[in-house]
Amino acid sequence: MKTLLTIEHLETLLHTGSAPVRAVDGLTLKILPGETFALLGESGCGKSMTALSIMRLLPDVGEIVAGQIRINGIDLLQLPETEMRKIRGKRISMIFQEPMLSLNPVLTIAEQIEEALKQHLNLPHQAMQARIQELLQQVGIPDAPRRMHEYPFQFSGGMKQRAMIAMALAGEPELLIADEPTTALDVTIQAQVLDLMRQLQQRNHMAILLITHDLGVVSEMAQRIAVMYAGEIVELATRDDFFNHPAHPYSQQLFASLPGKQKRDQALTVIQGNVPSLAQQFTGCRFVDRCTQAMELCRQSIPQWYSVTDEHQVRCHLFSKDSVNDTPVAKNSTRHAVNTVQPVPATTAPILLQVTDLKVYFPIHEGLFKRVVGHVKAVDGVSLTITAGKTLALVGESGCGKTTIGKSILQLIKPTAGSVRFKERELIALERSQLRQIRSQFQIIFQDPYSSLNPRMRIIEILQEGMNALNVDRIHPVGSSSLPSTDSREKEIDTLLQRVGLPADVKWRFPHEFSGGQRQRIAIARALAVNPELLICDEPTSALDVSVQAQILNLLKSLQTNLGLAFLFITHNIAVVEYLADEVAVMYLGRIVERGNINEVMDSPKHPYTQALLSSVPQIKSNLDQHIIPLKGDLPSPAAPPRGCHFHPRCPYAMPICREVYPSASTFSATHTAHCFLYPQEQSSESYEH
Amino acid sequence: MPFSPIILWTDALIYLFIGVVLCFIGYVRHHEHLLTPWKRVGHSVSGMSALTVLLFFLIIGLLDTIHFRPALDHKTSQGEKVYSVEVLSLLDILVTPLRTQVEKTYSAPLSSHLYAKETIELADGRQIRDFARLEFGGAHLQNPEMERMNDIAWRTAKGLAYGLLVWSLLTAGLVIILARRNQQNFMQSLTGIWRRTGEIPWHAILITLLILSLLIGCVSMLATHYHVLGTDKVGQDILYQSLKSIRVALVIGTLTTLIMLPFALLLGMMAGYFRGWVDDVIQYIYTTLNSIPSVLLIAAAVLMMQVYIETHPDLFETIASRADLRLLFLCIILGITSWTGLCRLLRGETMKLRELEYIQAAHAFGVSHWRIISRHILPNVMHLVLIATVMDFSGLVLAEAVLSYVGVGVDPSMISFGTMINAARLEMAREPMVWWALLAAFGFMFTLVLSANLFADAVQNALDPRTRTLKQRNKFFQRRGNKTDTPLNKAS
Repeated sequence: MKTLLTIEHLETLLHTGSAPVRAVDGLTLKILPGETFALLGESGCGKSMTALSIMRLLPDVGEIVAGQIRINGIDLLQLPETEMRKIRGKRISMIFQEPMLSLNPVLTIAEQIEEALKQHLNLPHQAMQARIQELLQQVGIPDAPRRMHEYPFQFSGGMKQRAMIAMALAGEPELLIADEPTTALDVTIQAQVLDLMRQLQQRNHMAILLITHDLGVVSEMAQRIAVMYAGEIVELATRDDFFNHPAHPYSQQLFASLPGKQKRDQALTVIQGNVPSLAQQFTGCRFVDRCTQAMELCRQSIPQWYSVTDEHQVRCHLFSKDSVNDTPVAKNSTRHAVNTVQPVPATTAPILLQVTDLKVYFPIHEGLFKRVVGHVKAVDGVSLTITAGKTLALVGESGCGKTTIGKSILQLIKPTAGSVRFKERELIALERSQLRQIRSQFQIIFQDPYSSLNPRMRIIEILQEGMNALNVDRIHPVGSSSLPSTDSREKEIDTLLQRVGLPADVKWRFPHEFSGGQRQRIAIARALAVNPELLICDEPTSALDVSVQAQILNLLKSLQTNLGLAFLFITHNIAVVEYLADEVAVMYLGRIVERGNINEVMDSPKHPYTQALLSSVPQIKSNLDQHIIPLKGDLPSPAAPPRGCHFHPRCPYAMPICREVYPSASTFSATHTAHCFLYPQEQSSESYEH
Repeated sequence: MPFSPIILWTDALIYLFIGVVLCFIGYVRHHEHLLTPWKRVGHSVSGMSALTVLLFFLIIGLLDTIHFRPALDHKTSQGEKVYSVEVLSLLDILVTPLRTQVEKTYSAPLSSHLYAKETIELADGRQIRDFARLEFGGAHLQNPEMERMNDIAWRTAKGLAYGLLVWSLLTAGLVIILARRNQQNFMQSLTGIWRRTGEIPWHAILITLLILSLLIGCVSMLATHYHVLGTDKVGQDILYQSLKSIRVALVIGTLTTLIMLPFALLLGMMAGYFRGWVDDVIQYIYTTLNSIPSVLLIAAAVLMMQVYIETHPDLFETIASRADLRLLFLCIILGITSWTGLCRLLRGETMKLRELEYIQAAHAFGVSHWRIISRHILPNVMHLVLIATVMDFSGLVLAEAVLSYVGVGVDPSMISFGTMINAARLEMAREPMVWWALLAAFGFMFTLVLSANLFADAVQNALDPRTRTLKQRNKFFQRRGNKTDTPLNKAS
């Protein structure tokens, strides 16, 4: 078959450090017309640089030093810049990760699409407007004639990404490069956008180069897959081959490091070490230092391409002709039935934290005198309990108030109403100084490891801060009763760092010298420094790669077993929840719509929102019968929540009563409740008035 | 004693400032993790060249800070020494010829005649209108038209030679020190500097030093017999005025900044951090202050102070101490009115920082507000403070010029860039134009501000842990500029 895009031996250098970094090192691939080709890899392995090399939009420090990139036989690297501009948008289009940053905030959507259209088509004004409208309708923007004249801030995240796709489609490209198109979006919106991309591809017969780190997205979208590691492709396979028999040890270990329900009672397999520095010259396999099956040969010679089957190639010495022992590691499909987590009797452990009817409203000020004209009801009557040593997962889309709950439990945000009782002690209304005495018992870990450590402080100062502020003398309450001197402090910090898996001498360094995963470990060590009993983890792994995520999850789990910590785990990642949580609470627009034990909620979700949320998660298992429950539209604004059940505008089962009254709880078991009119209502004391 | 030392108010503040800086240096030297980023300042080529020039200015400023009253020849009836009412500085002594060789009026740089014709009475009693000979400039020449150019060339050459000699001695001394420190022999160290093997860019420092010493050599050879930068309306040497202005500029630049900083830092960070009514109050204060034209505010304050000084003449022993007090007050007034810009900048940055997660984490530990402000926010806004103060430095020197024009600037007896520019301003319109005064003031100010900017830039780059790769990137671009045949270039 004719190939659309051919890349041969592409080498891209980045001149950032003392030695040039080989961001892309001898990459060769072919994309056929109309197919979806996925480039899979962790951050820093050169995926985005490949995409930017194809578009010839490398940053100033980047330089293509060798190779060919051909689209329909035209070598893009030979074209002058003026010709290249005709290729961009017309033959190859690109959509980026951050829809918020890819649109110009001062131009309307129509003006921005018009700009792309003008470049390639010479249409009169009327036809142009009609074409813009058509494009927006194509990507599923409702009420396109009106909305096309709106500004990006009036669009939600998913809508912006749709508008970006419309813009990319304006020139009717043959190849669409999608660089992590859904990473910044919620799962339900991600499902919508992925579905849209599939439809458009079938209709326009366009090829998609999908760049992602998410195995689930790959499994849903791709026909062929290339796994990228440290600047080169290590495995090339069709979707089925890849997901059934991943050949390269790196791919196998990636699968093994995914969290999931089946692995609850075991530690996740982690890939040791880090991606090697790309500034060096490799003499052997790039993965050798992290590989569990490394041989002597791997260090000495660079592996060539070996064929597993016709369409499945791998760059690994294990597959050279003399050792054809194709032993696919037993994968999750075979481990399905193993589930030994017994439901824990809820009465044994004492209740650590009790949140009752918590409300956090942010006033909206308007006008000259800053009159309060309304409230953003970020958290609107939430009740939770966390027992000692257990994990409660709080699940929901972004903007539903998860993080606000976490911060208001810590009293970082003053709640408007409700009560937060920690060990029978009411936290709300406590003075700052009174609060300080019990602050050491609950701590928080943040999402972004890059902004959670002060770049101007050394690790030792970061770790000491909490100890000094709270006068925590000893990490071990049963340890020696020595006076807190500088020496003992340093020893404590060494122990802390060892506990989170870092060598002790890192304490003299600054945060920018560490990778994301290491920073997250430091953030955990900082929280542990004051001996907390409850850790609020605010999406601690969502900014990390899969293999690093596995390390952090393992760490959290071992901390829980060893120190008996309780976690409030705030996340949108269902797989992590399945792996880590004992109980789940599902949030929608400031309220908890369903809660229960992990098995109850995951196996038999009751609320339509939970059902839709769970079905939207891209699955790796190749069961094609899985039915995605599509959700219309986006999360409504918490400033003006819909009347009645908040979910009714998007609910497939909405009934007239849902538009009138907020449902009260329906109980399914001692632990499992949901707020939905589909189930028999019970008279409960907590009623929401509007 | 042949002199009686005088410590003026600004002198005392400068000594105090230098003391604090020295203490800080001593503190940093004993703390390895603080020393490392400062060492990186020493690795920046532009930063170290700028520092060399800056040091030259600082030395002149410091020489001009050591004040005393020389003793007069006669004694009082009781046999006590009588000291002159004129306060001199060490710099004045060093450049005595410049200070004392005063002409009648304007003369162009290096000329031997006045710039304006005047009636000259000849020996035979006739009167003609001609360009009169200068009293000092080129006075040693018999026939200026013929000999002047040769004389200047000869003196220039001699000055260059002396400059080169001094530079060679300095270089040799430096190399010997380096050799001893690194335990190499002389030649090894020299080639090391030449090949740029070390981390500190000695080659750049030496080149800057070479240019400086050649310039100083030339100027000092010429200045004894000519007015290198011409003379002003009352015949004072422009070079002398420029050198004297450096101290005033440095004092206004640093003291004003030091007075302004506490206001800007404290109020800006408080407004951004606490928000609420604290923010409102601080915002109202600086908006009000901003909405009053600052020249009016300063004029009012300066005039009040002037009245005070004039009604209490007994408080001041000398003219210099009066002028100095006026300068100090000017600094204070400028400082109090100029903190608003930086304050607003810091408020915005603090509002951004307070939402960051490491601040939230500190809250979660119950760290006190002041500790958060001093440990977390202050170090993270320091880069803004550094840039803003260096930018303000040039602005303040200019503000002084504007104020001198209105008549509320420094004391008229004090020489500053402002008074120089102000005096030269009107002469720009005259034909032929008197350009040298303005050019000299501009040239000195430009060099001072540019070197301060470059040095601050180097400091900022070195102190910010995140911008460390910048220098290497620049190196790469230089390299790539030389390389002409990259594959892409070939391809296109």
